Amino acid sequence: MARYLARRLAFLAVSLALASVVLFVLLRMLPGDPANALTSVGASPEQIAAARHAIGSDRPLPEQFTHWIGQLASGDLGTSFVSSLPVGPEVAARMDVTVPLTLAAFVLAVLIAVPAGFTAAHKRHTWYGALLNGVSQLGIAIPVFWLGMILIAVFALNAGWLPSGGFPQDGWADPAEAVRSLVLPVVTIALVMSASLIRYVRSATLDVLGSDYLRTARALGSSFGGAMRRHGLRNASVPVISVLGIELASTLLGAVVVESVYALPGLGSMLATGIAQHDYPVIQGVLFVSTLAVLLIGFVADLAQRIIDPRLRGRLSGGSR
Amino acid sequence: MSTKKNVLYATAAVAALALTVTACGGSGGTSASGGTWDKDAVVNIGSLYEPQNLDNTAGGGQGVTEALNGNVYEGLFRLTDDGDVEKLLAQDYQTSADGLTYTFTLRDGVKFHSGKELGSEDVKYSLEKVLADDSQSARKSNLEVVKDIATPDKRTVKITLSKKSISFVYNLSYVWIINSQAENLKTTEDGTGPYALNKWTRGSALSLNRFAGYWGDAAANKQVVFHYYKDASALNNALLTNAVDVVTSEQSPDALEQFKSNGTYKVNDGNSTTKLLLAFNDKAKPFTDVKVRQAVSAAIDDKKLLESVWGGYGKQIGSMVPPTDPWYEDLTDVNAHDVTKAKKLLSEAGYAKGFSFTLDTPNYDPHPTAATFIKSQLAKVGITVKINTITPDEWYTKVYKNHDFSATLQEHVNDRDLVWYGNPDFYWGYDNPQVTKWVEQAEEASSTADQTELLKKVNRQTAEDAASDWLYLYPQIVVANDKLSGYPLNGLNSQFYAYDIKKKG
Repeated sequence: MARYLARRLAFLAVSLALASVVLFVLLRMLPGDPANALTSVGASPEQIAAARHAIGSDRPLPEQFTHWIGQLASGDLGTSFVSSLPVGPEVAARMDVTVPLTLAAFVLAVLIAVPAGFTAAHKRHTWYGALLNGVSQLGIAIPVFWLGMILIAVFALNAGWLPSGGFPQDGWADPAEAVRSLVLPVVTIALVMSASLIRYVRSATLDVLGSDYLRTARALGSSFGGAMRRHGLRNASVPVISVLGIELASTLLGAVVVESVYALPGLGSMLATGIAQHDYPVIQGVLFVSTLAVLLIGFVADLAQRIIDPRLRGRLSGGSR
Repeated sequence: MSTKKNVLYATAAVAALALTVTACGGSGGTSASGGTWDKDAVVNIGSLYEPQNLDNTAGGGQGVTEALNGNVYEGLFRLTDDGDVEKLLAQDYQTSADGLTYTFTLRDGVKFHSGKELGSEDVKYSLEKVLADDSQSARKSNLEVVKDIATPDKRTVKITLSKKSISFVYNLSYVWIINSQAENLKTTEDGTGPYALNKWTRGSALSLNRFAGYWGDAAANKQVVFHYYKDASALNNALLTNAVDVVTSEQSPDALEQFKSNGTYKVNDGNSTTKLLLAFNDKAKPFTDVKVRQAVSAAIDDKKLLESVWGGYGKQIGSMVPPTDPWYEDLTDVNAHDVTKAKKLLSEAGYAKGFSFTLDTPNYDPHPTAATFIKSQLAKVGITVKINTITPDEWYTKVYKNHDFSATLQEHVNDRDLVWYGNPDFYWGYDNPQVTKWVEQAEEASSTADQTELLKKVNRQTAEDAASDWLYLYPQIVVANDKLSGYPLNGLNSQFYAYDIKKKG
């Protein structure tokens, strides 16, 4: 296990390094000049050159890259071209919105999807099993912004129960207010996320239900519930966990849409603004942190699978154990 | 749809009733009836323009002007919502006989939010900050005529110009007077305005509190909070749910109906300074020919375009000059819509069978819509338009810098920007030596009357030459809850004075 962990961490570091190179190079390949965003119409060539010099975009790319990596190594995400304010503290502040949003949505989605998926599989021959399956199929087709708009129209505009968007200026100082403003966004993400999760849980459960070991366990006198608890759930959770990891990561990255529908000051909206303004340090900062988060989620999901399923430990760490 | 509206009405009515009841029974002692208002109200303002930082010489952008100009920072002069220039921190000023030296006397008893008293060194510092090498102020080039700034005593500032500039005082209305000892101006402030910064939360909101030590009349409300939205419909939803009381600039005409049909809201149609231009490259064929430009201008029905883009809002405009500029004249009759005339002009110019050209069109609203409309209008007089959609960056490089285009669409936002037609090197290449001379003379005029006279001539001449086709003036639509009064309607140059806003309890 120690060898596996070391190897996995090394893989993480290499991935992060590669990702940072790709990130940096791809951004520079985008058309457009960040200096344009800094100067007004009517700016002289000298002003534009000065702007370029001020943000360092006139320096050779390798130099810009090593500068960025150097900063990263010392925990500094750089300074925004546009606002000339440091990116790091803003990323941290935005995480106060995005992290609770993503995690709450994730937990809610799992709470919905696991029982619903299990029921859809176990009771697939009943009308409600079929209905659950159908609803989840439909849910996958629903765009997240559309669902957001519907929820706003119903619960904010018509009923007036919840705010239609925004986040309190004082953040979590008044937790009740902050939670209120996250309810609709969390539900939006959770509903969309659970729709696809239900299908994975259902098919994983179906696999288990048809398995020999479950039949054997039943034949040895186990009740259905007991057999499921002892063998079934554990086996079904292995494929589901890797899907959960992917879902969590994609929700984090997909926060752009939900944050824009609900006017939330999170990482997603920070990224969107950064892209619109060619603000490379902001884009790099947000994407770097997101990449790190996605890699870590993958790492944790892998680890969790291994802990649950001993067979994986032997197989993927090269047979030694 | 109507069901939804009814529910909305009901919700609004209940909310209004609840508020009235609370106000009557509340401890504030104010009532919602008559002309009284809550002096300690919190006014929530919704905007699409978040500041980048809080320094308007360091790329703070349009949002920083909207929130801080006049509210937190004040200039020697103020540009009123009607476009007049008034004395603000300058109590008085004299101009020397040659028009090159301005002596300003500062108002007495003005304090910065930090408590320090305003002195002439602060004015010098503030002006030098705008003129500094690293300044990104949009007004820097206008103020480069400043040769010397002297501070003979605490309350006197003497500024010498390298050449006469009648717009100097007007341009000073854009210069914020900042405490010369202030630091961290990107995230904090030290101005003299009726509000001091309470808190700025990036990506979300900026709040201002009434400043107790203000030299003038205290603000009519206790606190204003600018809430920032990236999406126009999220902003409108905030207004519908009372999360904000007023929207500084409504950008989505489709959304107006829901406010117009609801008695709780007031939709105000003010004058902006933003013009939508079909800019010809006057140096490229066939637009070198004045008759071609006139023909194209006459062939396009601006009224219909405005109607289709903005419904009943906005104004037709016959030149570069909006009604809030002092040299405004209604020139919509020059090159008015007339297809017969357009055809006649085209055949006189030798294009009886028409011609074709490429229209470089920025890829964001309303340009693609306008381009399609222009294409269909010009087809009626035999002109074929090829629409080339480009990004703002491409526009900047291809059109603005390299002048590599035939015609383009663009919005020009500033007030008093007619003078660009005096610059033959500007991207649209309009070159009339007489106009260039008038513009120069206007800037060196001895009185504003002379300046106005000369710029009126420029206005008429550029209109007659169809230097560009000015399609329409954008509306400035402020939508507010009817509990609110005293908000600015025109929002010139994105400023939004909040200190007169009164909110009924």
